Amino acid sequence: MKITMAHGSGGKSSAQLMGEIFGKHFSNGVLDKMEDAAVLEVGGRIACSTDSFVVTPLVFKGGDIGKLCVCGTVNDLLMMGAVPKYLTCGFILEEGLDIELLDRIVESMAKQAKEAGVIIVAGDTKVVEGNGGLYINTTGIGEIPEGRDVSSGNCRPGDVIICSGNLGDHHACILSHRMEIDNNITSDCAALGDIVDALFKGGISVRTMRDVTRGGLGTVINEIAESSAVKIELQEESIPVNPEVKGFADILGLDPLYMGNEGKMIAVVPSGEADKALEIMKNTEHGADAAVIGCVEEGQGAYIKTHLGATRRFDVLYGEGLPRIC
Amino acid sequence: MDIRDVIDYLKSYDGRELKLMEVCGTHTAAIFKNGIRDLISPKIKLISGPGCPVCVTPTAYIDRCVEYACTPGCELLTFGDMMKVPGSRGSLSENKAEAEEGGGRITIMYSPFEAIEKARANPDTTYVVAAVGFETTAPTYALMIQQAKALGIENIKLVTALKTAVPALEWICRNQEDIDGFICPGHVSVITGVHVYDELASEYGKPFVISGFEAEHILAAIYRIVKQIEAGMGRVENMYTNAVRENGNRKALDAIETAFCAGPAMWRGLGVIPESGLYLAGDYAGYDGGSRDLVEDMELPEGCRCGDVITGKINPDQCPMFAGGTCTPMKPFGPCMVSSEGSCGIWYRNKH
Amino acid sequence: MCVAIPGRVTEIEGTTAKVDFNGNMVNVNVGLVEPEVGQYVLVHAGCAIEVMDKEQAQEIIDLFADLEALS
Repeated sequence: MKITMAHGSGGKSSAQLMGEIFGKHFSNGVLDKMEDAAVLEVGGRIACSTDSFVVTPLVFKGGDIGKLCVCGTVNDLLMMGAVPKYLTCGFILEEGLDIELLDRIVESMAKQAKEAGVIIVAGDTKVVEGNGGLYINTTGIGEIPEGRDVSSGNCRPGDVIICSGNLGDHHACILSHRMEIDNNITSDCAALGDIVDALFKGGISVRTMRDVTRGGLGTVINEIAESSAVKIELQEESIPVNPEVKGFADILGLDPLYMGNEGKMIAVVPSGEADKALEIMKNTEHGADAAVIGCVEEGQGAYIKTHLGATRRFDVLYGEGLPRIC
Repeated sequence: MDIRDVIDYLKSYDGRELKLMEVCGTHTAAIFKNGIRDLISPKIKLISGPGCPVCVTPTAYIDRCVEYACTPGCELLTFGDMMKVPGSRGSLSENKAEAEEGGGRITIMYSPFEAIEKARANPDTTYVVAAVGFETTAPTYALMIQQAKALGIENIKLVTALKTAVPALEWICRNQEDIDGFICPGHVSVITGVHVYDELASEYGKPFVISGFEAEHILAAIYRIVKQIEAGMGRVENMYTNAVRENGNRKALDAIETAFCAGPAMWRGLGVIPESGLYLAGDYAGYDGGSRDLVEDMELPEGCRCGDVITGKINPDQCPMFAGGTCTPMKPFGPCMVSSEGSCGIWYRNKH
Repeated sequence: MCVAIPGRVTEIEGTTAKVDFNGNMVNVNVGLVEPEVGQYVLVHAGCAIEVMDKEQAQEIIDLFADLEALS
């Protein structure tokens, strides 16, 4: 069975799709009321984030667009120190999309939402002409517990930067599929609640957290340096990259520093707590390969110290990061 | 002797100011990525020459590619770095949607051999390969087109902007006398061998040192150039012996000779250099998609000094378009800002 | 200008070889070289352009020995 324009008509076919796919997988007390809007209990300061997901292929090694659209938004909430609570989702389906595939993706979304401790409280579906594509927007709401103050602007000279694991896995996984290069690279797509929880439970005074997504570490570090008005220096040799991903990046002339991730974060912590924070991260499922990658200094800009001891400045990613050969 | 000795030597160099030119964009990229300038004396200036085939591709070529891409039944295959190069009707990136609307298509390839598979699978589509490159890439196109002919495939065309590095080096030697030595392109040399630089070295009395692409290779090459200059020598040396043979790759040179002949080529920013282009010839001329007349160059905006940047007369930040923020990687005008390995693009990203 | 990297040949069939780049397997045209299985080839745009004598780590070590010999 394929999606047709009738599934977006608002009539019988739409209702069927709602019930048989979304209702079945997402069922919860708020959503099941089927009101025009969800009414939510929220206390204190809330964090809110929205993101749209347009990945091709829809299913990849290590995940699919359903898992991705939950992890992406949940991670954005987590990075503000928030506890993710609710998600809404908007689906744009293209004509010709396989309904069985949609079912699998929605199921994967529901599973990931459950694992991340969020419930899906509102949703919408539209059908457009096309070739079987699928796009999802998710908006998330989280509560920020009393006393947490995490922001890109909080870094201070002397702080230490910890990266939660190997860079570039998701980017390399997706591109391998598109370029038909055979390898075992798996997307790192994951919700990072285990790391964030552990850091706060361990009493770490986290200054800044950022998930390292599109644009890669290079872009995130520049943004933090600017927001906090500090200089950041990374050690090239400490930046964790899986050798297989390094090999892949070399083939296409890409730099892991600018490759996208979907389950990696950096945390900036005071230097006195760095060893403890690293230890805590390494003991979590998604932070096993964590490493201290650099430090914050007085000044401005983002710098990297190379393996031969040279220092160079690096900037945010420009353009698309296309595979190149010349 | 190890890398530390080389760095110590180059860092403490205090002789006369030297200008060394690397003529390969991948060297330029490696020099920045490894912070080589930070490891050597400020008295040794590294200048980026016209090393990137994407950089020096003229407007007329991009226009021809766009034209093919927008033709019903055509699919243009290109390397990713060509996507942003501006033509008079915009870049390939900007024309992607229009191409598909018009019944054509633009696809990014990893290898030219993809054209063979595609052409066999879809005999009704014409696959037009944007064949850009230097000696390193030319044999690959040659092999591909020989294979196409052997298989009786007729729905492949090549629009070539293939160039050879030695005529460009000679042009620089003639026009830019104050370069003291050259870091020669490692992967071009894999194909051509060591001796193609002999005549230049003896005529101009300057060191030509072939280098690989690791930081260690580049530092070793710079070291040898400085040592040669200090000893009053100017000769060809191969510091990339793991890949570069004395006489190059004979099979690759034969492939080039079989499929192509030399002719004049337009280098954006430099002008037409005789015998510096490669064009499909003989049995393979029929696969040419009209590459010979593409010598028209873009009228670059007033103030643009691409030519001076490419020849190393000025640094990118001395160009008013660069300094004034008019030409950026987001909106590139000149070729050297377009390519990720163009001097200006690299300079901008690394905020030298 | 010309991105080319070394990979290890694992299989050869006619003019096509499977080349391993740190676990990434790519089909490469070997019409320009005559490699044996196990050797390293330098690959550019899906085409092997030369057989490498040594692994890169060894090559870098030898490079400095060469420098010393020239000095």
